[in-house]
Amino acid sequence: MENWHLLSLTTFLPLVGAALILAIRGDDQAVVSRNARNVALLTSGVTFLVSLLILAVFDPAEAGFQLKETAKWMPGFGGAAGIGYAMGVDGISVWFVLLSTFLTPLCILSSVGAVEKRVKEYMVAFLVLETMMVGMFCALDLILFYLFFEAVLIPMYLIIGVWGGVRRVYAAYKFFLYTLLGSVLMLVAMLAMYFDAGTTDIPALMAHAFPAGLQTWLWLAFFASFAVKVPMWPVHTWLPDAHVEAPTAGSVILAGVLLKMGAYGFLRFSIPMLPLASADFTPLIYTLSIVAVVYTSLVALVQEDMKKLIAYSSIAHMGYVTAGIFSANVIGIEGALFQMLSHGVVSAALFLCVGVVYDRMHTREISRYGGLVDRMPRYALVFMIFTMASVGLPGTSGFVGEFLVLMGLFQTNTWVSGFAATGLVLGCTYMLYLYRRVIFGKLEREDLLSILDMNAREIVVFAPLIVVTVWIGVYPSSILGPMHASVGKFLHDYQAAQAAHSVSIAER
Amino acid sequence: MLTADIATVLPELLLTLAGLGLLMFGVFHKADATRAVSVLAIIAFAVVLLVLADGDAKSATAFGGLIAMDKFTIFTKGLILVASAFTTAMSVDFLEKEKIGRFEYPVLIVFATLGMMIMVSAGDFLTLYLGLELQSLPLYVLAAYHRDNHRATEAGLKYFVLGALASGLLLYGVSLVYGFAGTTQFAILAKVLGGHEGTASSMGVMVGMVFVMAGLAFKISSVPFHMWTPDVYEGAPTSVTAFFAVAPKIAAFTLMIRVLTGPFGQLSHQWQQIIIVIALLSMFVGSFGALGQNNIKRLLAYSSIGHVGFALVGVAAGQEMGIQGVLVYLAIYLFMNMGAFAIVMMMRRKGVAVEGVDDLAGLSKTHPALAYVMAAVMFSMAGIPPLAGFWGKFYVFMAAVQAQLWTLAIVGLVTSVVSAYYYLRVIKVMFMDEPKGEFDGAVGRPAKMVLVLSTAVIVLFTLFPGPLLASAKAAAQVLFPAVG
Repeated sequence: MENWHLLSLTTFLPLVGAALILAIRGDDQAVVSRNARNVALLTSGVTFLVSLLILAVFDPAEAGFQLKETAKWMPGFGGAAGIGYAMGVDGISVWFVLLSTFLTPLCILSSVGAVEKRVKEYMVAFLVLETMMVGMFCALDLILFYLFFEAVLIPMYLIIGVWGGVRRVYAAYKFFLYTLLGSVLMLVAMLAMYFDAGTTDIPALMAHAFPAGLQTWLWLAFFASFAVKVPMWPVHTWLPDAHVEAPTAGSVILAGVLLKMGAYGFLRFSIPMLPLASADFTPLIYTLSIVAVVYTSLVALVQEDMKKLIAYSSIAHMGYVTAGIFSANVIGIEGALFQMLSHGVVSAALFLCVGVVYDRMHTREISRYGGLVDRMPRYALVFMIFTMASVGLPGTSGFVGEFLVLMGLFQTNTWVSGFAATGLVLGCTYMLYLYRRVIFGKLEREDLLSILDMNAREIVVFAPLIVVTVWIGVYPSSILGPMHASVGKFLHDYQAAQAAHSVSIAER
Repeated sequence: MLTADIATVLPELLLTLAGLGLLMFGVFHKADATRAVSVLAIIAFAVVLLVLADGDAKSATAFGGLIAMDKFTIFTKGLILVASAFTTAMSVDFLEKEKIGRFEYPVLIVFATLGMMIMVSAGDFLTLYLGLELQSLPLYVLAAYHRDNHRATEAGLKYFVLGALASGLLLYGVSLVYGFAGTTQFAILAKVLGGHEGTASSMGVMVGMVFVMAGLAFKISSVPFHMWTPDVYEGAPTSVTAFFAVAPKIAAFTLMIRVLTGPFGQLSHQWQQIIIVIALLSMFVGSFGALGQNNIKRLLAYSSIGHVGFALVGVAAGQEMGIQGVLVYLAIYLFMNMGAFAIVMMMRRKGVAVEGVDDLAGLSKTHPALAYVMAAVMFSMAGIPPLAGFWGKFYVFMAAVQAQLWTLAIVGLVTSVVSAYYYLRVIKVMFMDEPKGEFDGAVGRPAKMVLVLSTAVIVLFTLFPGPLLASAKAAAQVLFPAVG
């Protein structure tokens, strides 16, 4: 099928919008802000529609990459092959592209009223961020991937640092430097891969068998980068800070999409390219994941700040994801993917829920709230839906993801599965505890008496999120179906590499 | 024969004539001629650049091997000319505002540039020394150009004393090499050192080489010969600092590469150790030294020490890829520094130049366009893609990985994270702090143009990397003729 350069279009359309916004001039700040917001909303909306076209032409039966685009980019260097511009999606990445384009317009819509200063720049930053995220999930070239992966830091640093809370500068630095430190090690590994395989083309690298000794080092370097991004315990400490200080929409993107970049990296690079090292390091991943699930859940339990609580819950949920990815069976991996998408929607919605009350009261302290159900019934309902989804109530998306991951893990390692399951109980505890303290109880605070329920705009923001959460919770096959072929190939290659290695050892 | 020789050095000859002509013009012109001489100097740079680009790019030697000309020299000469033209353009308004505008300024830049071009095309240690001195003497004067200013005169004196010491070291090294190998000509030296096992490992030649390297290390301000850099950068007038930061370093780098790959090519195992150590130290000092700096010029001084360290990674890696990486790095370094210094020059309040990092506070509110450009420059210097600075680092570290210099690559990239901290600090001050008051408006048009051009290169390099990479490759290939 003709592909009309759909992926490049989706990737770079937001940049066009950003350029348009930069061109907006005027003396009246309010008019400029409104126009900037409208352009941003329109651009991201159109981008989402274009990305739906990707899904429409996507062939679920095809396991490899589709909608491929290639072009010459960097010429060959010192005798080595050139670096190409290559884009393409498979059943794994296509969902993340959609997740990014789905969340961005909602973020922009949610920032009305919440962000009043330097709206123009804010919108530009978000559109640039969208380009980088989509580009990263589409990139089929190692260096192109790295470019997008790193470039995300620039808009995110500014979003946290300029529009964030009190300790925003500290949080922005921490976010930036933590991530950068991990990434530069990955860059060295990428260069080493380039010289070993002679190409930077991702499908070609997946087919290349790296020497077992080299794999260990490469794996560790990639791990340094992805573990920070996920984030895995013990390199997670930047996340609560970044979340607490970031503006609501920044937290939404951070939790919804940026955290997925690390897990996506494991799926795209660590396991398919370095299968032997991945098998060796699986116990490490299991251990760190379980610690993340149990420890951060306990930490979440004692948080006083709503955003921080949800940030810790994110780390716990990502623990399921990493464990599921390395379970190395279809159910576990599909569960992990599903959990990522579900978490992308649900945690994004939870941060938006915090944003709703924060915009009204300008505090995120849990103890400052209580009894909101009396004044804000609609809000209580929305918050409940997402609390339940986060806890994993059957019928919501959260259940499917967690259930599949546990089932997958059970097949490979019952102990891991058992420990991970405690996270479900703990997750229930802290989420319900949060919900009770904020929504139920007596409405005692004077200033809460005049708080207003959600307005039409906020309902518009939440409606699509609710629909998606329930839809994929009730009918998960709509997501899992198109994944099957790609995940099947993924596992087949992984097991083939293990088998080939044991044969070569046996021959020796 | 003579005509052929003259044709080879035509660009240098033209620049000499231009310098002399401008000097005459300035002397006999009654009114203040700074502006006119500056414009003419820029035109001269442009003409010479065109002549360079137009000539057939075949490798040639002239005057019995004293001068060597090939694609490698053309590439770096091009960079030097661009740097000189940019600095001259930026200086025009700056000098007027500082009230130190005199017509000798552009003339001195022309002669310094001439010296650099001769350095670059040296085919013999004597030409090298002559060129080096011809570029150094105008630079000493330029450093102290603001002669009524204590800091500037101090900078000039420091630069002079230490520079003279470095020249002495270099000359001593040359004499040692001559004493042990019997020639100063690069081509013959390469044969002599390559021919006999005994000569190649001779202690005398080695000591000579180390001295030569020390002299050049001073010129590129790599650790441990970097001490003058922060003081001179801070003291010299900003326009001169911008010149110091770029053109002489490119020239000295070219020379270092030429000497190390040419006459000392056989000693690569020995000099590689030295280069690795000074690269590591430079990256280290460059990133940690800048952390506590509050003066933006000092900060850029340490940043340039760090950048030199990164570029040296490419030299250490050697081979065609390493050298190509260095050339790309230098080209990108040129535009980043020009952009940064153009902005520093625009930092004036009520007619007085301010140099604190804090003075940039709230720039994104008072001068949004400037703030965005500065942010792009800083992210680029930190090596964040998709800006040009990333590719500079990318290619030198690629060469290091190819040469399997793992320690160098990993330590280098980790120090680049440390250096990201202070580049981020500049951005933080601009975007996240409250404004301290506006800068004086009315930025001169030439400086603005330099800024626009530099920013365009920094931002758009990712989209159009071909031309620069290809010419750097052609330049690097000259040094490594196919082994066959």
